Formats: sequence, C-alpha cells, structure tokens
Amino acid sequence: MGEFGIGQSVKRKEDDTLLIGKGHYIDDINVAGQAHAYVLRSPHANAKVLSIETGSALAMPGVLAIYTGADVEDVGPLPCAVDAMFEFKRRNGSKRFFPTHHVLVRTHVRHVGDPVAFVIAETRTQAKDAAEAVLVDYEVLPSVTDTAAALAPGAPVIYADETDGNDAFLFTMGDAAASEAAFTAAHKTVRFKHVNQRIIAASMEPRGCIGEYDAASGRYTLHTNTQSVYRNRAICAQMLGVEENRIHVTCPEVGGSFGMKGMPYPEQPLVMLAAQRLGRAVKWYSDRSEAFLSDTQGRDLVVDAELALDSDGHFLAVRVHSVGSMGAYASNFGPMILSAGSVRMLPGVYRVPLVYAEVEVSITNKVFTDAYRGAGRPEASYVIERLVDLAAHAMKLSPVEIRRRNLIAAAQMPYSGPTGMTYDSGDFVKNLDDCLKAADWDGIEVRRAEAAKRGRLRGIGMSVYIEATAGGVPETARIEVNADGSVMAYSGSLTQGQAHATTFAQIVADKLGTDYDRITVHQGDSDILAQGGGAGGSRSGYSGGGAVLAGVEKVIDKARKIASHMLEAAEADIEFDGGTFTIAGTDRTLSLGDVAKAADDPANLPDGMAPGLKEDATYKSEASSFPNGCHIVEVEVDPDTGDIVIENYTVVDDFGHVLNPMIVHGQIHGGIVQGIGQALYEDAIYDAESGQLLTGSFMDYCMPRALNLPSIKIDMNVVPCTTNSLGLKGAGEAGTTGATGAVINAVLDALAPTGVTHIEMPATPQRVWRAIHDAKAA
Amino acid sequence: MYQFEYHKASSVEDAMKKLASADDGKILAGGMTLLPTMKQRLASPSDLIDLSGIAALKGIKVDGKTVTIGAMTTHWEVHSSKDVQKAIPALSDLAGQIGDPMVRHRGTIGGSIANSDPSADYPAAVIGLGATIKTNKRDIAADDYFKGLFETALADDELIVSVSFPIPKRAAYQKFPQPASRYAMVGVMVAETDSGIRVGVTGAGPCAFRVPAMEKALGAKFAAESVANITIPSDGLNSDIHGSAEYRAHLVGVMAKRAVAAA
Ligand SMILES: Cc1cc2nc3c(=O)[nH]c(=O)nc-3n(C[C@H](O)[C@H](O)[C@H](O)COP(=O)(O)OP(=O)(O)OC[C@H]3O[C@@H](n4cnc5c(N)ncnc54)[C@H](O)[C@@H]3O)c2cc1C
Repeated sequence: MGEFGIGQSVKRKEDDTLLIGKGHYIDDINVAGQAHAYVLRSPHANAKVLSIETGSALAMPGVLAIYTGADVEDVGPLPCAVDAMFEFKRRNGSKRFFPTHHVLVRTHVRHVGDPVAFVIAETRTQAKDAAEAVLVDYEVLPSVTDTAAALAPGAPVIYADETDGNDAFLFTMGDAAASEAAFTAAHKTVRFKHVNQRIIAASMEPRGCIGEYDAASGRYTLHTNTQSVYRNRAICAQMLGVEENRIHVTCPEVGGSFGMKGMPYPEQPLVMLAAQRLGRAVKWYSDRSEAFLSDTQGRDLVVDAELALDSDGHFLAVRVHSVGSMGAYASNFGPMILSAGSVRMLPGVYRVPLVYAEVEVSITNKVFTDAYRGAGRPEASYVIERLVDLAAHAMKLSPVEIRRRNLIAAAQMPYSGPTGMTYDSGDFVKNLDDCLKAADWDGIEVRRAEAAKRGRLRGIGMSVYIEATAGGVPETARIEVNADGSVMAYSGSLTQGQAHATTFAQIVADKLGTDYDRITVHQGDSDILAQGGGAGGSRSGYSGGGAVLAGVEKVIDKARKIASHMLEAAEADIEFDGGTFTIAGTDRTLSLGDVAKAADDPANLPDGMAPGLKEDATYKSEASSFPNGCHIVEVEVDPDTGDIVIENYTVVDDFGHVLNPMIVHGQIHGGIVQGIGQALYEDAIYDAESGQLLTGSFMDYCMPRALNLPSIKIDMNVVPCTTNSLGLKGAGEAGTTGATGAVINAVLDALAPTGVTHIEMPATPQRVWRAIHDAKAA
Repeated sequence: MYQFEYHKASSVEDAMKKLASADDGKILAGGMTLLPTMKQRLASPSDLIDLSGIAALKGIKVDGKTVTIGAMTTHWEVHSSKDVQKAIPALSDLAGQIGDPMVRHRGTIGGSIANSDPSADYPAAVIGLGATIKTNKRDIAADDYFKGLFETALADDELIVSVSFPIPKRAAYQKFPQPASRYAMVGVMVAETDSGIRVGVTGAGPCAFRVPAMEKALGAKFAAESVANITIPSDGLNSDIHGSAEYRAHLVGVMAKRAVAAA
C-alpha cells in the first residue's frame, strides 16, 4: 500500500548509515577492559604435532594466556548439523567417517590454517608477537589436496589412525538400473566431465567475535557476525556444555556472508571460554590472510555427467558420478551440500524422467567447505545447462529449440520431478521467450560478423535455470505497537546486507498502515525472541517476512477485538484500513495508536484479554520456493590473448511477488557477479605437493571487478509462489545459479570456430588461449 | 607490523645520513610495496626514512629532448601531467594503468624502479625508452640498471633522485594484466628513438629486458607485421598459476604487435 508498501522500490533504511561509513560492525565494538586474541595456525597441510612449547611466549609483555588443545579439552567439538539428518555411509557400507573437529587441534593439524593455539594478550600486536614465540614441533606428513586424487589408490590416508581411506561417504540418488537401461536404449548420449572448482567466499568484512562473561549471573555474551544468533547460541552452548539460557548472542551489521558465516567457528566458543577464565572480555578479529585459510570455502566437485536423448531430442535420463571434497572436517551443512545439495536440482526446468546420481565425498587437507551462495544448486544448474547445449550440438538443434522441446510447461504446474522436488509454479517458456527478445538473440549473427572484423570471436549462450530455496524452516517475529502508534518489528531472521530493516518495514507499513519512518526493525539479539532462524537458502523474504506478516495479522486481530470492545460495536462491523479502525458506515474511528495506548490497561479490554498490543508469531512456509528464469550472455573472446569480455547480460527472473524491486535487482546483480566470478575468475588453488593455498591473497585470487562487468538488463516475470503467504520466491541465490552455465555456454559458442568444445571454470585468459592453441594443433 | 623508528628526511643528504646510521633502515617512498610487506611481517626494518618531505625529489621537467621525473613523483602525477601527455603520451598512458586510483596517488616512480618487481609497469618504459636513472651518486643507463628478480644496479647507499626519459619520435605501451593483481603479466613498450628502435618487455622475465630481434625487424620496417612472426624463447621466463612461460612468450609477441600498431 502506498509508496512505502510491498512492491515499491523504497530506499533502504540501512543506507544512510552504511554509505557514509557509519555502519556498526564487529570491529566497531569494543568492550571496556577487553583483551585480544590471536590464533596461531598450522603452516602445514598435514602434520603430527609432537610438542607445543608456550613458556617463553607466556613470559612476553602483555600476554595473559595461551591455550592449546590440551587446555580446552572441556570444549566439545564443532558439530555437523546434517549428520543427524542423513544416514551417510561409505562405499563399503560402513558408517560415514567424519573426523572430530576440535576447536584447537590435539594431535594433528589437517589443513594449512588449522588452529593450533589461542593466544590472549593486552593488545593484538602483543598476541601476535607471542604467537610467533610459541614453539611447535611438527612431524610433517604427506598431504593430499586434490579432490579426486584423495580417493585414488596410494593416496596418503589422512586419518590413518582412525580409518582406512579418505572416503567420507557415498551418496546415491535414483535407480541405477533404470537409468542404465535408459542410457542403453537412448538414441544419443552426451557426456560432460568437469570440475566445479573451490571458491573462497571473500566477504568484505572478515569474521570476528567478542566474548564476555558475567560471573554474577553466570551468563556469557557473544558478539559476533553470523547468519543466525540462535544457531550460534545453541551450538556454542553445546560446545561449552552450558544451557542455552546462559548465552546471549548479539550480531551487529554484517559485511557479507554468502553462507560462510552461517555456522559457528572455533573462535566463538574460545573467546567465551577465555572471557570466563580471565575475567575480562576477549576480542578476536580475523585478518584477510586468515580468512583465506580459515573461512569455509564453497563448491569443490569433480563431475562426470551424462544425458540420454531420444531421436526427437527429448531427454530420457541424466546420470552423474561426482567426487566432492569436504576438506579436512565435516562442516555444519557441508556434506549435505556436496551430496544431495548438488544433485537434487539436476533436472532443472526440464522434463527428465530419470535421474541417477552418485557423489562420493573425499577428505582432503584443505579447509572445510560449506554453504556458498547457491549451495549446490549452481553446481546442478551448471551440469544440466551445459549438457543441454552439448545435446543441442549432438542433435544438430539450436540451443533454443532443444530447450523448447523439453521445458516443463506452465500448465503442468505443480510439477513433481524424479528427484522428489515439486515445483509449485513458473512459466519457463515465457522466461525463455521474453529473454530471447530482450537479448535480441536472433540478431547475434550481425554482431558476430561485426566482431570478427575487429578480430574478436563473439558468442551467445543461455541458461534457463531454476533453483530451490530453503523451505519449511520456521521463522519468528514479534510485532509491538507502541502507545504513540509507532511500531517495533523484531525478527528472528538476520541480515548480512540484504536490507531486512527496509523490506520487513514495508510489510508492516503495507498491512498496518503505519508510516514507514515510524517502523523500526530489530534483529540480531538472541535475548529478545525465544527462538529464531536466520538467513540462509534465500528464505528471509518469505520466512522472516512471513513471520512479520503473521505477527501483523495477529496484532490486527487483537486490535480489532479491542476496538470493537471500545467502540461497542460487533467485531464484524469493524473495518481496518490505513491504520484506522472504523465502525462500517459511520465516522466513529480509533487509530491503531489509540488502541495500543488503551491496550495497556486491562480495564479497556474484553474480559480475559491480556494487556498490550504485542504479538509473537512463528511462520513456516509449506515448501521450498523455486525461483526460475533465463540468463542470456554475450561475450567476446580475444583469440590472441584468450581474454574474455562480457558484452551483454540479459536476465528474466520469476521471483513471484517482489517486496522491493530495487533491492531484488541488487540481489540479482550480486548473485550474477558471483556466478561470473566462478565462471571466469575465481579459483582456490592448492599446491599438490605442499598443500599450501597458492591463491592466498587477492594478488592471486581473482575477484570480479567492476571493470569486468557489463550492465545487467533485468526483466521480471511474476508468477506468485503458492507455498508461502507472501507469494515470494527467494531471490538471493538465483543469479549465481543461472550465471555459470550461461557464461560458459556463451564462451564456447564464441570459441566454436576454433574447434574448442570444452573449457574448465574459471575460463581464464591462459586457459582459453591454451584451448585454442591445442585445438589448432589437433 | 613490528616496531620501527620513523624519520622524515629533509634532503637527500639527510636521508642518506639517517639511512647510514640506522641498524637496518629502509627508504620509504609511497609505501605501496614496503608497507604491505611490513604489515604481513615479511619485512622488519628497524627504521623508515620517509622521502616525502624532500621537494627536490618531486616534479616533472621537460626540456627539448627529455622528460625528467623526480623519484617521488606519483603515478597519478605522471599520468595526468599535460607535459608528459604531450611529450611521451605512452608514458602517461602506462602510469595510468598502474594499480588503482589509491595506488596511483601514493606509489612513486622511484619506488617502483628501485623495487624492480618483475611485473611492474615502469621498467618497460625505462628499458623501452632508454631512460637514465639518476642517483645521488651517478647516472645509470637503462640497459645497465635491471639485474634480475628484484635486483638492480643500486648500491645500498644509493638513492634514485630522478629518471630521465629521452622523448621518442613515437612510442606505445601495451599491457596484458595478470587477472587478479592487475600487475603486468606482460607489458611491452615499443619506441622509435633517436638512437633507434627499442622494445622493452616487463612481466615476462625476472626483470625487464629488450628484444633485439624485434628491434631489428622494426628498424627495417616499423609495422606490426614486422614482429608478427617473431617469437621469443620461453626458456627462463616467469611461470606461475596465471601464465606459463610459454603463454608469456606468446603474449610478448601479441603485445609488441599491438604496441607497434598503436605507436
Ligand atoms: C594494490 C596494488 C596494486 C599495484 N598495481 C601495480 C601495477 O599494476 N603495476 C605496477 O607497476 N605497480 C603496481 N603496484 C606497485 C606500486 O605501483 C608502487 O609503484 C610500488 O609499490 C613502489 O612504489 P612506492 O612509491 O610505493 O615505494 P615503496 O613501497 O615506498 O618502496 C618500495 C621499495 O623501493 C625503495 N625505494 C623507494 N624509493 C626509493 C628511491 N627513491 N631510491 C631508492 N630506493 C627507493 C624502498 O626502500 C622499498 O624497498 C601496485 C601496488 C599495490 C599496493
């Protein structure tokens, strides 16, 4: 309703402070008397810790304490949440092998960056100096960082004391025999072997935390940047062996996360433990180099994928064998994302009768993987969209025509596919048609010829994507109308830059009629609501927003009852509009503020009604939402250097209803840029011998820059979601999901005249040049 | 970063005196290379002697034949100087391709050339234009200056005062950036000077170098096709995750051709 309601591009409440550098982040928080911690990390990928000598370090100026694994044996290991949800088994049928993940190593270091000691001093510099004086005697062991090589016979077994291989578990989905039969009977099959490379999240703000302990109440406070104060509270309580009521978690502004800050890390329980032991607050803040070594990383799959077709180019079956590497430990969601997460969306937007997938997850001497924007769905989308282009080539059909023959029609919704996903809504054909037109797909030959005159190879590619956001996860909110009519909206969700303060306020403004400026959204404090969820899986809009909406509806219900009582009219005769209750057909009104003011005094209320106008609500969407759309990318390749320039980027997205188009456009931009980053630039490369991260700084880890990016043309195709109250489809990860396939398809279209048919991500200049060079030689 | 003593020098003599009396002193120019290495604790000088207060080290002078740039002149000043743009547009262009605006406003030509990073841009200009490095002790010809990886002819007690570039008849710089750092994977300066054609290459080898075969061919005919078929051997060239020696050798040819076309 109105210019601040749902669907309006309301300016972000957050920006006035953030854009002038007044945002309040973890490093802006300083607690009186705080000490500083520094983590001494392993310089080796795999080694036995023979001894740790802290004596001379402890004697250094300002040093308060140094903890090693032996000093924190009372802290429980970091849990893997998905371990309880899946029955993971190894290929040989035995139980999954997930190594115990201690907050500080006890006997071995398993990746470069593994925490060895926690050094606390008066200043950060003193802690760092002391860390250098800690003498650790390592017996360096052979390491393995290559995802697939870790499973090869003869690879050093990383946890040889505990298990007999580097295979953590094997995940299978579908009917192997039925898919084998489909492949045998197929008219044609195409095959696509590739690497979905490891990605470093590289959020602008690194991780950090401050622990406090109040001896009188026995309560800990943890200030930290996270995606969920509640998950952090629960897991930290478990690790510290205390009850949840004894931990208070707060979270200020967060400078990006992308999944990486979604789970607790060793430093969080450690700062709390140190605060309790030392009787003063302890702060830890990661520097950029540490972030490269200790933040969870994303992706990391080696995939062998096949598609079977009949003689009309209809898809018969998709089959995938992949190896994913979770790194040295099983992180919170990591094993699920690599396995089920990377294959459930393999059918994409197509009618695919059969899907069979096997994912074997390896343990390697790399930092552990976990959610990274898209968390499995971009991996799946990349597989199917590349297979479809290869199939088009094999069937001598255009990429458009082969897609048309296989797209699920709008009339088939809701559509249940072979992997157990039910798409509630969507019009994939319209997405394709609209995008083809907006991108002037048919005009490519003119542009290709013009580029050729300049010595450039121009190509066009698409992906018609769909992804599954998190569904059925409860979220909480509290809506409180103050006596002056202003509104507090508390949310159990949490923002890392997505602007919940704006979009949630829009929902309140729209439904309660309250001025946008008189609505304050508050989140990131585990003491306010009993429970809450957080951000993750692109669900905040419909989960967090849905909870806000549910709270608002409860407030209106109650306020209507009070208004009916005060106005002495039947509840059914009370209308509510624009923040005012009116007896229908009269001029007798009460504002929401009047009602709120009256509600504090039980005398004004119907018998038995509790005072106040403050409602808690929990909302759970029925299912995942399925954002979908079409990306069309046009690139030019410089065949002499291998350099790629993205010339045009067009996208049509179906996000159902949209709370704030401007904010959603921002999500599309960011999502696409991260997809482009994976397609063309980003790659976490480990040295095969030493296990060192070779791309350990921005000098070698290539982030996409503004100058690499085109202006992105966006259109919306609104088909409301039917499984949540706001009709939204999560927009946060869709861009990343659609981008990689579209970019690489465009690159390979450009390279077609050179005979190149395959390129790995990232398609760096050297790789492109090498591919052209090798194709020429062949 | 470790503790260090900071000194601001008032003159070149003062700087050298302070440097001599320090345990393990270092000259500080723009700090764009030195400070990050100190922050990462990879360098730990006892003293820093800051040159930023020495007016004599700053500024750009053009006479009929040469452009002389003070050691403490920033990349941004070289890039935006009308005099440089007029006399040696290729040099202004090169300076404008270094790093990002922050780096260009701090980093200096003296610091860059003293450092001799194998992938820095200026060394291509020093070699390609046949510059003279003027120090507090002597003049060093470009061809005698770069000695190897981060190695120059500078003595420990030697300070770059200015760099003189003879004004070429024509010149152009072409850079292919390393994708992540955007330093030069390969950069080539091609110039037609009074003393003949010069081709200066940075990024490809341990330090900047000339390509005599290309110079000879261009001397015969200054045209892109003259260098089209000249390949340089990849032996001894830099090789890393961004570019193998073979790829770099290839890029030298491509960049040289483009520089000739642009000159
Ligand atoms: C993010 C980033 C990107 C960059 N990108 C590029 C790029 O694309 N291309 C490129 O060429 N460079 C690049 N640089 C390097 C930058 O351009 C500077 O030129 C370079 O760092 C050195 O100059 P400085 O003035 O900062 O020297 P400093 O860092 O202060 O000093 C460097 C070294 O030179 C010595 N030194 C300084 N001045 C003198 C002198 N007058 N005489 C003798 N010794 C001296 C110092 O003691 C020190 O050892 C980049 C730097 C950064 C941080």
